[in-house]
Amino acid sequence: MGGRAILGRVFLSLTMTGDTEQPATDLGFLLHKHPEKVQRFTTSHGVAHVFYPEASPERCTAALLLEVDTVALVRGGRGKRPGRGADAATAVPLGQYVNDRPYAASSLLAVALRAVFSSALQARCAARPELVERPLPLRVEVPALPSEGGADLVERMFAPLGWRVRATPVALDERFPEWGAARYVRLVLTGEARLADALRQLYVLLPVLDDAKHYWVAPDEVEKLLRSGEGWLAGHPEQELIAHRYLARSRALTRDALERLELARLAAADDTPPESVDNAVDERADTTQAPSPLAVRRREAIVAVLREVGAARVLDLGCGQGQLLAELMGDARFTELVGVDVSQRALGSAARRLRLDQLSERQAARVRLMQGSLAYTDGRLRGYDAAVLSEVVEHVDPPRLPALAHAVFGAARPRTVVITTPNAEYNVRWSGLAAGQMRHADHRFEWTRQEFGAWAEGVARRYGYGVEFRPVGPDDPEVGPPTQLALFTLNPPATAPTPAGVRAEAGTVSDTTTGTGTTTGAGTGTTTGAGTGTTTGTGTGTGAGAGTTTDTDTDREIVTATVQRDEVTA
Amino acid sequence: MTDEMTDETTDERVLAVPDLALVVLVGATGSGKSTFAARHFKPTEVISSDVCRGLVSDDENDQGASADAFELLHFIAGKRLAAGRLTVVDATNVQSDSRKQLIALARQYDVLPVAIVLDVPEGVCAERNAARPDRAALPRHVIQRHRRELQRSLRHLEREGFRTVHVLRGVAEVEAATVTRERRYNDLRHLSGPFDIIGDVHGCRGELESLLGDLGYELRRDEEGRAVGAAHPEGRTAVFVGDLVDRGPDSPGVLRLVMGMVADGSALCVPGNHENKLGRYLAGTTVKLAHGLPETIEQLEREDARDPDFRARVAAFIRSLVSHYVLDGGALVVAHAGLLEKYHGRQSGRVRSFALYGETTGETDAFGLPVRYPWAEDYRGRAAVVYGHTPVPRATWLNNTICLDTGCVFGGALTALRWPERELVSTPAEKVWYEPVKPLVSEAPGGVDGRPLDLNDVVGRRVVETRELGRVAVKEENAAAALEVMSRFAVDPSLLAYLPPTMAPCPTSSRDGYLEHPAEAFAAYRADGVRQVVCQEKHMGSRAVALVCRDAGVARERFGATTAEVRGVLHTRTGRPFFADPALTDRVLGRLAEAVDGAGLWAELDTDWLLVDAELMPWSLKAEGLLRGQYAAVGAASRAVFPGVLDALEAAAGRGLEVTELLARQRERAADAEAFTEAYRRYCWRVGDPPEDRAGQSTAGHLAGRPAGGPAGGALDAPAPGVDGREGLGGIRLAPFQLLAGQGRNLALLPHDDQLALIDRLVTAEADLLAAAGDMHAGGAAAGAEVGDARGVAAPGRGHGLLASTRRLYVDTEDEASVAAGIQWWLDLTAAGGEGMVVKPVRAGARTAGGKLVQPGLKCRGPEYLRLVYGPEYARPENLERLRERHLSHKRSLALREYALGLEGLERLAGAEPLWRVHEAVFAVLALESEPVDPRL
Repeated sequence: MGGRAILGRVFLSLTMTGDTEQPATDLGFLLHKHPEKVQRFTTSHGVAHVFYPEASPERCTAALLLEVDTVALVRGGRGKRPGRGADAATAVPLGQYVNDRPYAASSLLAVALRAVFSSALQARCAARPELVERPLPLRVEVPALPSEGGADLVERMFAPLGWRVRATPVALDERFPEWGAARYVRLVLTGEARLADALRQLYVLLPVLDDAKHYWVAPDEVEKLLRSGEGWLAGHPEQELIAHRYLARSRALTRDALERLELARLAAADDTPPESVDNAVDERADTTQAPSPLAVRRREAIVAVLREVGAARVLDLGCGQGQLLAELMGDARFTELVGVDVSQRALGSAARRLRLDQLSERQAARVRLMQGSLAYTDGRLRGYDAAVLSEVVEHVDPPRLPALAHAVFGAARPRTVVITTPNAEYNVRWSGLAAGQMRHADHRFEWTRQEFGAWAEGVARRYGYGVEFRPVGPDDPEVGPPTQLALFTLNPPATAPTPAGVRAEAGTVSDTTTGTGTTTGAGTGTTTGAGTGTTTGTGTGTGAGAGTTTDTDTDREIVTATVQRDEVTA
Repeated sequence: MTDEMTDETTDERVLAVPDLALVVLVGATGSGKSTFAARHFKPTEVISSDVCRGLVSDDENDQGASADAFELLHFIAGKRLAAGRLTVVDATNVQSDSRKQLIALARQYDVLPVAIVLDVPEGVCAERNAARPDRAALPRHVIQRHRRELQRSLRHLEREGFRTVHVLRGVAEVEAATVTRERRYNDLRHLSGPFDIIGDVHGCRGELESLLGDLGYELRRDEEGRAVGAAHPEGRTAVFVGDLVDRGPDSPGVLRLVMGMVADGSALCVPGNHENKLGRYLAGTTVKLAHGLPETIEQLEREDARDPDFRARVAAFIRSLVSHYVLDGGALVVAHAGLLEKYHGRQSGRVRSFALYGETTGETDAFGLPVRYPWAEDYRGRAAVVYGHTPVPRATWLNNTICLDTGCVFGGALTALRWPERELVSTPAEKVWYEPVKPLVSEAPGGVDGRPLDLNDVVGRRVVETRELGRVAVKEENAAAALEVMSRFAVDPSLLAYLPPTMAPCPTSSRDGYLEHPAEAFAAYRADGVRQVVCQEKHMGSRAVALVCRDAGVARERFGATTAEVRGVLHTRTGRPFFADPALTDRVLGRLAEAVDGAGLWAELDTDWLLVDAELMPWSLKAEGLLRGQYAAVGAASRAVFPGVLDALEAAAGRGLEVTELLARQRERAADAEAFTEAYRRYCWRVGDPPEDRAGQSTAGHLAGRPAGGPAGGALDAPAPGVDGREGLGGIRLAPFQLLAGQGRNLALLPHDDQLALIDRLVTAEADLLAAAGDMHAGGAAAGAEVGDARGVAAPGRGHGLLASTRRLYVDTEDEASVAAGIQWWLDLTAAGGEGMVVKPVRAGARTAGGKLVQPGLKCRGPEYLRLVYGPEYARPENLERLRERHLSHKRSLALREYALGLEGLERLAGAEPLWRVHEAVFAVLALESEPVDPRL
């Protein structure tokens, strides 16, 4: 027999075809909804209607139409802060008011599906128990299915389950073809399946494909996933992605939803999506489980330099998610560690990584995280042995680099400054990176060795530091290493030229003797000309295994984790 | 270092006490200290150890609580002294240890310690104690011990550090004593000048005489023709910042002139480190003869023959100098090397030392000179600090401080600051009198005033003082969010002078089909007593603020732009660069500058930069991400879903199922969704990269459109037609609607009719420019409607210049006909696809009769536009009903606070205040934008 289910306005239809032996109208028994009735159900997000546009023995189609109540959606869905009353609405970014939820087959539809067809989902059918276990010829239509991953992902989701998949992209606006396709596809699935399986698959995969961050998902998601995935999820080739996306939603629900509201409002003030502002952290990148090889080497190189210069009190400026701090915590010679980042999200992530709330008092006293910005001078940063700016400068717009230099070298003025930044020349060695493309979307520039050298030497001269350069990662004879590191050392006081901004007395009287010492130009003697070969690492171990790195390795690195600190800005 | 000592003798009955001092009463128990204190000081000025004992132990006589009690006493005294309040310590203080702590406390807060000793016979003390029940049991030997300790102490009090010691011997003297408060020597707040503050002279007598002449002083000369005084006919007072002597050609001559002026009362003078050293030399101390002192000594020796007394007079003059002065009601502080705010008006060795030498970092620079600590960078005081000491190439304000030492003796100039005019007057050096050890360079980073911004200027909970609305608070979490956006995305803060405030909508309308209606706006203003309002067309694009300078040099000079060849900035509401492409920014700003030039506004407004508030169109240019991710997505999803829904329902209806009502509703909703799509499409069109040099090759053919937007109405200005230009800027339109500031002026306070008149001239000037560029089209304001393209809609990019005028209508809120015309104007405007309008009081900064600031504008958005805000189906009666419950009060308050902050920032900008002061206000606007307010308002 044949049945067809439509889930729509948010809308979906489920069609079953049938014959005399197995009339398509059996679909009605399975769904527990009579084909000759128009039924109405109140769900948490609006009213769901079930009706049958066609119901003959040959062909029977059940349509599920969910009329989403947008006003209620906003009022009830978020901002459940006790006692805030009507004010709760104000806590929600505008995107929550005008969105595709009333039209697209998202988690709302999944929830309605579950509510309306609960018996069918549980494979119960008292009237025709034999039908439950029988694969039926089905056709499922979802006219507006949001898919983060396009038609291709839809195919990858449903084809392994035995469906013939037709996923047609929907244009965003035919008036503006250059805007390209929308994130929706018109989906038609045909195949033979148990009705319960078909419904469960839709229940799980609709929100997975949508992958939108909605916060009205119930908290017992893991259990629901396991139950609904029974019998088909275990063997699914995309099982990992499905689980990740499905559960990522509930994680977002618990934590991130409230954290980002201030930033989301600032994004809205600028007519930009929240992600364009609140993008300092990609928590998926460079996890402890799978750190990228280059990120590891970079940290090794930095730690080696800090040990070499005997730094005990260290600033990690632009500490991001605290990967470097975690490494430094492992060495007792670092007695005071201060992680500074402008992103509160990054700091939250770092606090979790460092397990600050679980550290012993003694250990916790060694490390501090604080919000700060290198666009401003900051008295709290004065008096440290060393400051690290790892993969930070390239996130700062060039016109604002002088302020950064002043904040670090002029105001904080630690004895040692370590700066790492990508070497743009090396990008050609990564086949995954198109010519001219940068390694991370938030990079404002990527420097060649010569450019970095010129900047670093200028800064060193201006503020009275010496500078030397070291490679991080395999030092390619032609294009150099993937990461470049500059080690700045404050010149001894007697010969330190006046840092800019600190005005020296020009010829004015002081009762101290006029210095007779000769002046040494900043960094002379220690500086190696950038681009002409860098000084070799001093036993930092950064070269270990460098020669064996293949392009494939680095490609993966691009994909998986070059973003590690890269979301972090000064 | 004794000049600030109040040198009272000990036996007088009138006890002089500086008006800010730590007064330490000394006397045995029962000597009458508390009675004395109560008689001569305010109760709150007196801190008694007994009271403190009581506070910590419930027993004023519990000697076991003494340690805690004194800790508390010191704490309270410290708080009072930090706040600049005279404080009296009522405790026995007969032991030198206890006094030592109080002297340290006085020094910590840089106030003078004064001792008043009550030396009363033992019998009297015993008698008084016996009369007090709580002290009756006090053993006699305690009083005896106190008396012994007191006698031992008397000789040492001054050596211990008390700058004034008053000893009252016997009951009669105690009874007869009165206390007078004396103004501190450095406190000349009662003098308001006007002043001419003169930088380091260093023996350059010729230049000083010229400068005094330029300032309008008349020199008085002796019979030998030497200048011995000078007076200003208008009674101005010269103030010398010190370093009159050394290095230059005629230090005695300078001294003679200045000493004469000071003696006449036509000048004040604070000492420089060079006077200090000369004074020590003259007093016979061995000092190192360097840094120009030998020249002075030689010159003085030549003077000896003619005037043997001169040396002694110089020595006396130097001894008489007070380390710094607080002038003009506290608004002005003069000190040779500058002065931290906490030292203003204070008296201590370190205050004097700071005033003379400043503070050094302990480092030595490449020239062997001590590196000065940049105290001015951290200065946040309200008083202007004028100083010298450190030669700088030119005098510039930094955080309300200014250094006037422009290195005259090194061949620079001698500079004076006229106060309160804040004008600088300079006389160039006649020659290089003395070779500098190092060149006069100032490599100060971080903006025009040489100081980078500090985190403390912006983070944490802050309160910003505004002229229009008093104190505006910023919450910590909002500042934190703003810090992130400001740091990561904004343009260089030195170019970020303004962020637009948010605007409240008109009160919610209850008319059928309307959520907002102009009748409400007119009524609201009428209720506030505002009659004259202007309705301005609300352009639907993205807000843009343009800082446009005449050229890159101005941007560098005035705003400290660090990137070469930048002529300003074009940024969004949150301070982001509007365009990623600097070349495009430059083209837009270049065109705007040409228009300003063409309209003659540089000269007319006497400025070489302008800050302009504007809307930049099309909306799709900036908001494309949002359009694609949200608005167009809604449209696409609805278009994908509705055909299937309607088909299915029609099929069901065909089968006889009862879906009539459901079907009808879905049809209406499909229409709503279609209307939604149309609503956003109006504000989208493609912009092309304009061809650089080939005339007529417009990209307008690619532009998709918006309907011709010209509702009829006599008051409406037609959009200025332009020409298909070689620099058509590809369909980008900029609609300036307010001039915010220019050099020295906050233009935002101009009435809106004047504003719009100036802006119209910009638009016309651009059209004229384009016409003059040799195009076949006529310029001017002749043409009306825009030319439609093949799809029957206009292509706004075609045939236009960059600038778009803002249509407007003036309404009298008390005049019914005028109000009706305003409503009709809005209806026409929105029916033709316009977003809506903004109603503003014609006069900026309008207030109610009661003095309350009224909303600077109320927006009335059209019903179709509101679909983009409230969703496609918002206007369905059941939705509208619920949506009318909107809470406007927070939005209105926010709009006022941001408006006040915006104006404050502009005032500070116009007043050439330091960058941090402007940034503080700008940052606060950004922070407030992250407050939780219904984003649909």
